[in-house]
Amino acid sequence: MLSIEEVIHIERLARLKLTDKEREIYRNQLNDVLNYAAKLDEIDTSNVPPMYHVLPVTNVLREDIPRNNFSLEDALNNAPLKEEGFFVIPPILGGEE
Amino acid sequence: MDLADLTAHELLTLISKREIAPKDVVKSCIDRIERCEPLIKAYLYIRDPEEIINSVREDMPYSAIPIAIKDNILVRGLPNTCASKILSNFIAPYNATVIEKLKEKSFNITGKTNLDEFAMGSSTENSAFGPTRNPWDLERVPGGSSGGSAASVAIGSSIWALGSDTGGSIRQPASFCGVVGLKPTYGTVSRYGLVAFASSLDQIGPITKDVTDCALLYSFINGHDPNDSTSLNVEPYRYSPLTGDIRGMKIGLIKELLVEGIDPSVERCIRDAVKTFQDLGAIVEEVSLPHISYSVPTYYILAPAEASSNLARFDGVRYGFRAGGKTAEEMMSNTRGEGFGPEVKRRIMLGTYVLSAGYYEAFYLKALKFRNLIAGDFKKAFERFDVLISPTSPILPFKLGEKVENPLEMYLSDICTIPINLAGLPAISIPCGFVNNLPVGLQIIGPVFSESRLFEVAYGFEQAMPFHKRRPQLGGNTYGV
Amino acid sequence: MEYEVNIGIEIHAELLTKSKVFCSCPVQFGAPPNTLTCPVCLGLPGALPVLNKKAVEYAILTALALNCKINRNAIFHRKNYFYPDLPKNYQISQYDTPIGVQGFLEIETSKERKRIRIRRVHLEEDTGKLIHSGGRITGSDMSFIDFNRSGVPLLEIVSEPDISSPEEAKEYLTNIRDILVFLGVCDGKMEEGSMRCEANVSIRPKGSEKLGTKTELKNINSFRAVERALQYEIDRQIDIVSKGKEVIQETRHWDEKNERTISMRSKEEAHDYRYFPEPDLVPLEIDDAWIERLRSQIPELPEEKYERYKDLGLTPYEAKLLAHDLEMSIFFDETIKLYNNPKNIANWLLVDVTKELKDRNKVITQTLITPQLMTELLTLIDEGRISGRIAKEILPEVIDKGLSPRKIIEERNLVQITDVSELASVIEQVIKENASVVEEYKKGKEKSFMFLVGQVMKLTKGKANPKLVNELLKKTLG
Repeated sequence: MLSIEEVIHIERLARLKLTDKEREIYRNQLNDVLNYAAKLDEIDTSNVPPMYHVLPVTNVLREDIPRNNFSLEDALNNAPLKEEGFFVIPPILGGEE
Repeated sequence: MDLADLTAHELLTLISKREIAPKDVVKSCIDRIERCEPLIKAYLYIRDPEEIINSVREDMPYSAIPIAIKDNILVRGLPNTCASKILSNFIAPYNATVIEKLKEKSFNITGKTNLDEFAMGSSTENSAFGPTRNPWDLERVPGGSSGGSAASVAIGSSIWALGSDTGGSIRQPASFCGVVGLKPTYGTVSRYGLVAFASSLDQIGPITKDVTDCALLYSFINGHDPNDSTSLNVEPYRYSPLTGDIRGMKIGLIKELLVEGIDPSVERCIRDAVKTFQDLGAIVEEVSLPHISYSVPTYYILAPAEASSNLARFDGVRYGFRAGGKTAEEMMSNTRGEGFGPEVKRRIMLGTYVLSAGYYEAFYLKALKFRNLIAGDFKKAFERFDVLISPTSPILPFKLGEKVENPLEMYLSDICTIPINLAGLPAISIPCGFVNNLPVGLQIIGPVFSESRLFEVAYGFEQAMPFHKRRPQLGGNTYGV
Repeated sequence: MEYEVNIGIEIHAELLTKSKVFCSCPVQFGAPPNTLTCPVCLGLPGALPVLNKKAVEYAILTALALNCKINRNAIFHRKNYFYPDLPKNYQISQYDTPIGVQGFLEIETSKERKRIRIRRVHLEEDTGKLIHSGGRITGSDMSFIDFNRSGVPLLEIVSEPDISSPEEAKEYLTNIRDILVFLGVCDGKMEEGSMRCEANVSIRPKGSEKLGTKTELKNINSFRAVERALQYEIDRQIDIVSKGKEVIQETRHWDEKNERTISMRSKEEAHDYRYFPEPDLVPLEIDDAWIERLRSQIPELPEEKYERYKDLGLTPYEAKLLAHDLEMSIFFDETIKLYNNPKNIANWLLVDVTKELKDRNKVITQTLITPQLMTELLTLIDEGRISGRIAKEILPEVIDKGLSPRKIIEERNLVQITDVSELASVIEQVIKENASVVEEYKKGKEKSFMFLVGQVMKLTKGKANPKLVNELLKKTLG
């Protein structure tokens, strides 16, 4: 059973601010899914190679030719906050000096 | 019957014979939007009707056939919300490759259709902007996640549409709405500009009223794209008129997909379909895919894992919704906590967990091994069979709210469609019957690159059993036959 | 107690490709913010990466030059962590199948010649740049982000903790820099951030088998800082341990201004990067043919040049200076094809030419001197047509204007006077005008002779052949 501490740890890793109520709901629902996923323990897969890609393709490469047709306006249009061509965000650390 | 009830190829024929004016089709669809949209809510964004009409060009026939685009495929200049608060104000600054391809033919886009938030769900109820309703029964869901696209095509508020399919998100809503939907072979349609849910499973595909339209639309969107490393550089599919001749073809009925929790009425429809195929001269036998029952746990590890990473970019820094916060980190956590809906958060949590230290081997790596086993089952089956069949969904369209509280139960209903994504195969869903005026879908699965074969088999069935000609009735107005 | 030091170094080198590693945006320095961006390097929804072939080849080249084994099947992984300068909040990097593994690099310090093992060489993408208002991380009102650097190809080179002194660390770092520069894959400018370095440092009692607790040093921004930062950190750790306390495993920041390392006091959680194979990219298959084609493109590296130069008769000091200077060594190699006195060329290049270049803050390829002109100059000296002094005098003109030394001396009548009768008359004049000095000389004052030679040189404006002047003067004075 997933503990609340584990839920909080995952929440931090995923940068998701959850409410206490959400934590409790997700804890139960994640447990349901994870218990169900234990079905995969039914078969010994130690000799089965993992399938990373369904495609039988390798070496998809691009030539080193520079191109730029995306304007600064395109880049910044959706920015919640911008100034002089920069994206602007709150400070990285709090003013706790 | 209105023009909006016809298929694209029927309309194109009428236009080329000059029996109708190109603008008449567009006007018919706009009329349908105005009348049905308040009930169905298929769209999240509809272009200005004037603009849609003015986009019609006499010399470009496809500009007369309105197309709806799922709101997770970027169309430059139009909103792209993915039905999420977190992208509620996002305007796409570039076109998806499929949109570029459609623009070459002057395709006329009606708008952006509703979906489960970030394509996560099977009912279109997980939309931050409200659910879409099933045109066959407004109390019921249209399926998902491409529920808006499927409902729109079914009701005629577009002639055809694009959806995306990660675990059944084209086929299941097509099945629930009584239309045709194709999940193409992985790598045949570019994913560039499709907002990623699970990169190794996602594929864009057509949702149409019949198989001919499906083949036609697929022919326009498939093909190699240098902007997508997983796009295959193979000879693209080109449309040629279908014959439906399936005599001597070997069809495998997947045993395991007729057992677990299937609605008996759905099973009856599938058994009837088997008879139809036999009548058409095909040989149908049962086939067992022993690992297919592991598809759901495999999928619900792999897809959330990829999603947890794919959705990390929605952080309020460069675009989209931004919540408050004293520090950048706080702002990012708040943005994501407030911006994502419950199902998305659930899957991000699940995906983060299965990738986290100590669990990777037990969950993610193991799921990749099962993916191999499942793909192997299909490979083996295709040594004996030309195509495989199953129901698209084991259940009929369910009522709104019926499954919201129990995610696992909802996940389990994806059993028929999920294995196909895991194996990267093409599959088409076509209407194969009605139960209490609710459509039932048949799924036809082929080996990689066998789209043209799927179209032939589906077309053969469709010509023999024209369920696709039925149109939903809405509020006493009768459209269709 | 005596302590042994273990240092491992992680280098990040920006590759000199024309476009970014996963998109076609140009790689350029100094462009206005966010003007070199696109959906891919901004992490816009729906954008997908496509791998730059040149970046892969640069990575393979470097791995080969560092004696690595090449992974025939290399895949990319996503390294998941949130930071505002990382647009996708994951970095496309490599995990268990980096391009190169198990390499090594030989270094030579004042004490010994030593092999430093290289654990891995892998390719990844750079992040954007964060600018804090007020210039500090803490206490600033707002942070500004420029994504021009986002997606620039980065090569990560990780050593084993085989380095045992700050001196070795600097040697290792400069050797790596020189190799990267010689390969043409990185400009190696630490001060400009195109080559960045982090070090993990630990100490243990001499003879102990187990490595001590390590600290990770960041913000080392120059070659000069490397030695000082490491020395500070070693001293700090020794101080802690000798007081019976324990070193804490942590990340420490090199504070250049105050010359100390400081703890990155942060609520840093244990890193959990949740690596998994990047599904948007397909595997790299690096076959023998590709490897051999690249191997054949590896130019002669400093180490080989060094040995060759020593064989040519240069001192180890001269050989090392030349071998580690790409432009100079190429110039040297071209010149020895034309002029068969390597020692002489080296001497001129390392002393006189180097001085002129320093004055101009230029490298030799940025000036107009050529191996042909250099040869001409040295030949003129050898033929006795000009003195070394004249040669030095005209060197600046050769460097700045690319003029032929032969033409310069002819036009300005600087050809050395080797005509005995011409010199004899000058000597006669000097003797006449300096009778008292001549007297002193005759009384045995050797210094006076040098004065007379000087006078002859002065009257001939330095054109007289000094050897000849000596001979003639001695003869005349009897």
